[in-house]
Amino acid sequence: MKKQTVNSRPAGPKPWYDPRVRALFFQVISLAVVFWVGWVLIDNTLSNMQSRGISTGFGFLGESAGFGIIMHLVPFDATMSYGRTFWVGLTNTLLVSAMGVVAATILGFVIGVARLSSNWLVAKISLVYIEVIRNIPLLLQIFFWYFAVLSNLPSPRQSVEVGGALFLNNRGLYLPGPVTQEGFGLVWVAILVAIVAVVGVRMWAKKRQMATGQIFPTFKVSVAILILLPLMVFFSAGQPLEWDVPALKGFNFGGGITLIPELVALWIALSLYTASFIAEIVRSGILSVSQGQTEASKALGLPNGLTLRLVVIPQAMRVIIPPLTSQYLNLVKNSSLATAIGYPDLVAVFMGTTLNQTGQAVEVVAITMAVYLTISLLISLFMNLYNRAVAIKER
Amino acid sequence: MTQHTESTDVQAENKPGIIRVEGMHKWYGDFHVLKDLNLTIDQGERIVICGPSGSGKSTFIRCINRLEEHQQGKIIVDDVELTDDVRHIDSVRREVGMVFQHFNLFPHLTVLENCCLSPIWVRKVPRREAEAAAMEYLERVKIPDQANKYPGQLSGGQQQRVAIARALCMKPKIMLFDEPTSALDPEMIKEVLDVMIELAESGMTMICVTHEMGFAKTVADRVIFMDGGEIVEEAPPSEFFGNPREPRTQQFLQQILQH
Repeated sequence: MKKQTVNSRPAGPKPWYDPRVRALFFQVISLAVVFWVGWVLIDNTLSNMQSRGISTGFGFLGESAGFGIIMHLVPFDATMSYGRTFWVGLTNTLLVSAMGVVAATILGFVIGVARLSSNWLVAKISLVYIEVIRNIPLLLQIFFWYFAVLSNLPSPRQSVEVGGALFLNNRGLYLPGPVTQEGFGLVWVAILVAIVAVVGVRMWAKKRQMATGQIFPTFKVSVAILILLPLMVFFSAGQPLEWDVPALKGFNFGGGITLIPELVALWIALSLYTASFIAEIVRSGILSVSQGQTEASKALGLPNGLTLRLVVIPQAMRVIIPPLTSQYLNLVKNSSLATAIGYPDLVAVFMGTTLNQTGQAVEVVAITMAVYLTISLLISLFMNLYNRAVAIKER
Repeated sequence: MTQHTESTDVQAENKPGIIRVEGMHKWYGDFHVLKDLNLTIDQGERIVICGPSGSGKSTFIRCINRLEEHQQGKIIVDDVELTDDVRHIDSVRREVGMVFQHFNLFPHLTVLENCCLSPIWVRKVPRREAEAAAMEYLERVKIPDQANKYPGQLSGGQQQRVAIARALCMKPKIMLFDEPTSALDPEMIKEVLDVMIELAESGMTMICVTHEMGFAKTVADRVIFMDGGEIVEEAPPSEFFGNPREPRTQQFLQQILQH
C-alpha cells in the first residue's frame, strides 16, 4: 500500500487505474455510440423514404389544407395552407396552456394554504381534493369533464343561464363579448395614464418611506387609481362600450364569445389536476420555513400579515419555484391530450390531420417537438431568472 | 393603540415591577408545564434562570412575550396585561426583545436588513435613520464590517451577536435570552457573553435562561432555579451558589459544578 502511494505521485498510476483516463475513455465510447445510432437512424429513414418515393422538405407547408378547424384564434378557412394549420394549432395550444397556468396557480396556492389551515374542515377538504385529483389519470379526468359533465348539459334551448348574459349548454360556454365604440381609445389612454401614475406613486411612496418612515397605503391607492381613472373617462366619454350578449338564434347561440366544450373540458381538467400538485408544492414551501423564523419575526413585533409577507413567503418562494416550473412544463405538455377529445391543439391539428393528409411524418414531428421544446425552454428560462432573483446567498 | 404606545413611552426610569407574573399556570394538553409561578422583576434588574432540562424555564420566558400562551394567572409587562387582545400582544412585543438559542436570523436578508426590518415596518423609522442606528448597534456587538453579508456567511458567534443587535434595534426595555450560547462552539461562547455582560452593565432589564454559571455569578442580581415547572429557589448569586437552601438546588449545582 505504502509503496504504491509513494510511487503514484511522481509516475502516476497505470492508465487504466487513473480515474481521469477512465472517464475520458467512457465518454469517447458513449459519444461514438450516440453518433453511430443517430447516423443509422437518419441513413435508414432517408433510404426508406427514397425507396418509397416520399419527398422530403418543407414545401408541403405552402399547399392548401382543405380541411376546417372548429376553433381558431387566427383567421382560417379550408382554402388556407398547411403552414396556417400550424399557427392555428400553436395558438390553440398556447391559449389553453396560458389559461391553465393562471387557473392552476391561483387554485393551487389557495388549496395549498388551505391545507395548512387550522380550520379542521377546510384542511380536510383540501386534503381530499389533493388526494383524489392527483391520483386519477389526467386523461380520465379530461374524459370525465368532456363526456360525463359537458356533454350531458342541456341543449341550447334549456341552457344554464347566469344573469341573462352567461350561458352554459352542451355546445359550450357563451360569454358576452365587449364591442368597443368610437371614443373608447380615450379609455385605453386613461388606463395607460393610470399605470404610469401607479408606478409614479409607488416610487414616490418608497422614497418617502426611506426618508420619513411613513408607510403609504400604496396597494389601496394603486387599486383606486387603476379602477377609478379609466372608469371616470369611460363615463365622461359616454360609455363607448357595448356588450355583445349571446342570444338564442334558431337552434344555437349567436354573438358574444364562445368557448367550445372541448376547450372548457380540457381547461378544467388541466387546471384542477395541476392545481393539486401545485398545492402540495406550496404547502411544502411554507412548511420548509422553520417555526423559528415566524417566532423571531413575532418577537420583533411584526404582526402576522407582515410576518407572512416579509419573512415567510420570500423564503417559501425559493423552495416553491423550481418544482412549480416543472408543473408549468407538465401542464403545457399535457395539453397535447387535447387530441383525445378533439380540441384542435398543435398535436391534434398539425401532428394529426396535417400529418395524415401530407404524410410528411419526419418534418411534422420534428417541427412539433421543436415547438414544445422551445416553449418549455422559454418557461424554464424565465422561471430560472426569477429564481435567481429570490435565491438565498450563502458563502 | 397610539395612545397606548405613548403611555408606555413616558415611563419613569427604574420603574418597579416592569414584569409581574402572578399565579401563572400553563398546560400542554394534560401536561402541567408551569405551576403557579409568581415573580416580580424591576426595571434594570438582571435575572438568570437555570434548572435541569424540561423544567419549563424556556417555556416560562416565551410566555413573557406571548410566544406561548398561559392558561391561568396574570402576566403584566410594562403595565400591559397579556391577554388574547392582539393589540396588547403587539405592544408588549415591541418593548421586549428576544434572542434565541438557534439565532433565527432571516437568511434572505443581509445583516443590516435583518436589523432594520422591524424598526422600518413596526416603528416606522426612516430607512436612513434605521440603518444608522443599526450600524451603531452592530458596532456595539463588534461586527460593523459584516453589515452587508448574509447570515449564512457568518460564524455561529457572529450570528448570535447580530441577533442581539437586531433585537436592540427596536430599542426594547426588556431583553429575553433563551439559552443564547447553547448552540455555539466553545470558542464562540465568550464573544457572545462579553456582549451580554456589556449590555447588562448598560442597565438593560434582562432575563437569561442559561447554563453559563460564570455569567450568572458576575452579572445576575438574582438567580432563579426552576424544576418540574416550579420556581424552587430565588436568591442573589452569592447566596445561591454559596449557600443554596433547597435540596433540589444543591443536587443540581453539584451535578453541573462537578465538571
